[in-house]
Amino acid sequence: MSTELFERMAQSIIDGDADAAVALAQQAIDTGVDPLEAISKGFVIGVNRVGEDFAQEKAFLPELVIAGEAMKAAVAALEPEMQKRGTERQVHGRVVLATVEGDIHEIGKSLVGTMLSASGFQVFDLGVDVPAVKILEKAHQVNADIVALSALLTTTMVRQEEVIKALDKEGLHSQMKVMVGGAPVTREWAKKIGADGYSEDAIGAVKVAKQIVGVS
Amino acid sequence: MKVVSKNIKSITNPKLKLNVFTPEEIGRIHDATLHIIENVGVRFPSKRALEIFEANGAVVDHETMIVKVKPQLIEEALRKAPPIYLLAARYPDQDLPLDGNHVYVGTDGCGVEVLDLHTGSRRTSCLQDVVDIVRVADALEEVAFHWIAVSAQDKPAETRGLHEVKAAWENSTKHVQTESIYNEREARAVIEMASAVAGGKEALRKRPVLSLMQCSTSPLGHEGGSLDAALLAAEAGIPTGFMTMAACLTTGPATMAGTLTVGNAEVIAATAMLQLAHPGAPVFYAAAQTASDLRSGAYTGGGPEDFLFGAATNALADFYNIPLSMGSFATGAKEPNWQAGVENSLSTFMACVVMSDMLLGIGLLHGSRIWSFAQMLMDCEIFSIVHQMMQGIVIEDETLAIEAITAVGPGGNFLAHEHTRKYMREVFLPQFMDRRPYSQWESRKDGAHDWALEKARHILKTHQPDTLDPKLSLELGRIIASLEG
Repeated sequence: MSTELFERMAQSIIDGDADAAVALAQQAIDTGVDPLEAISKGFVIGVNRVGEDFAQEKAFLPELVIAGEAMKAAVAALEPEMQKRGTERQVHGRVVLATVEGDIHEIGKSLVGTMLSASGFQVFDLGVDVPAVKILEKAHQVNADIVALSALLTTTMVRQEEVIKALDKEGLHSQMKVMVGGAPVTREWAKKIGADGYSEDAIGAVKVAKQIVGVS
Repeated sequence: MKVVSKNIKSITNPKLKLNVFTPEEIGRIHDATLHIIENVGVRFPSKRALEIFEANGAVVDHETMIVKVKPQLIEEALRKAPPIYLLAARYPDQDLPLDGNHVYVGTDGCGVEVLDLHTGSRRTSCLQDVVDIVRVADALEEVAFHWIAVSAQDKPAETRGLHEVKAAWENSTKHVQTESIYNEREARAVIEMASAVAGGKEALRKRPVLSLMQCSTSPLGHEGGSLDAALLAAEAGIPTGFMTMAACLTTGPATMAGTLTVGNAEVIAATAMLQLAHPGAPVFYAAAQTASDLRSGAYTGGGPEDFLFGAATNALADFYNIPLSMGSFATGAKEPNWQAGVENSLSTFMACVVMSDMLLGIGLLHGSRIWSFAQMLMDCEIFSIVHQMMQGIVIEDETLAIEAITAVGPGGNFLAHEHTRKYMREVFLPQFMDRRPYSQWESRKDGAHDWALEKARHILKTHQPDTLDPKLSLELGRIIASLEG
């Protein structure tokens, strides 16, 4: 009975139509559709289809981002109903994401956030110029699986190392893996500072995050 | 992407412009050229050519075969040349109107060696190479017409040019221009072949499925066989052009203005001859001037002089109001490398920005001697880049994107905005540029050369051109055989 609704949900993501996605989420709530089903049988199908098109070079980055944004809006609209029902969306993992202290570069970091959340991660984006202590605080609070750190300057990438050291010191590093990225960051740098994952772009970041939490 | 016809990409309605000369400067080159033709003369070693000039009142020395012509005669003859005409294709929707508002790319010619598509080794070119190159070119939208790219050296020298043209028609529906017919005997045969393909002599005149290019012999000379072949082609309504390859230091003066003048004298004197003999015949200006190497005197196939000649010559062709076939690409590099990229990009940009009608030619290395399929495909990408650049930057309310900028505001990003989705497909997407993450490159260490070869192999394996009617093929074969005795 909800097949048609699910199809429309998937389509709203493919179209990148956040308004339509939110309206469909509301319709699901109003008609008693399980929000988890709305996500897994509706919206996620759309995200997957855009992802497949992207992999086959039929869709481009903006389309991926637009779909990701629509997905985020749909999930947010379903959130209150999930809380009411006492259910929680199954996620691959929780990611605390930030651009490190002293660095205000945002777009790459936000892109990684959008890609991760569209791919089934719960992302806590702390924004830019975030001190290590704040990152640790949030990671601890949400019991993060991954701490993802962006830096665009050679002068600020050292802050990535600071966060890792702080995690080590608190004994949290074994349960919270660290991903690093940003234009000056290299695989060698990531290795040197003891990061667990590195990607040069947002698409690769999703792969790395999935490897870290052990899903394919 | 602007496609004027099926599977052909051409530059049209450009936004970019470049003026290499002021009108006064063009006038000075023209005056200098007329002075040379009148006082120094141009050598026309063809009985028929000399008779034409003599009948029209030029001063002809039958001993030296040098012709001296009054400016007025040259100018009047040139005015009879049609400014606009058609290069016809076997598929009419692949016709190429030479109307001053299109730039079409053809393959280069005529190479003598091939870097084998499968082994990579260098070997002597043969008829099968002509076939393979034509088939790949048939599939590529960047290639609008064919030049005979390599010489079919496994065929008898006296009919080689005919075998090559036959192979081109048999393996592609696009227009064929040959630069490899240079005597009366072959010209008669190739005209008969073209008539057969077009469906008769009158049909050929209306729809010339073949055009002919002849090289001059710089400085200030022509080759007898070429002149006779050109006259026959012009008579049959086959578009015909004379190409100067004058080179600074050797076959032209050291100065670019001087080399332009020498080449111009060769081209316009011969073009005038065609108009004197066959008024209104479709003709074009052709050029591939260069500067010889300062150390060795060798042909260079690149360099700032080449690039400037590429833009300058179209100013002359425009002045005479006839189409131009301009040598671009054709790097002097020994392999597809940095030099090839620099030379082919700059020569092609300069020839395109002035809207040269026909560009020659993609795929050859080492000064048009060695064919490379990788270079061919990479040259196509160079043309695509220039094609996109020529469209310039459109300034309209929609493109200024004030609404999108307002919506995104300071610090946001445009990736998820509707305006982005609407216009993103206008952003250039390369085929062979390596924009991958470093780690991906590091793990494979592959690149443009590999991808280009892969694409060429794929086309050759999968692309089936519309071949010529077998009866027609037999007929062409019969015409060739009649010359082989």
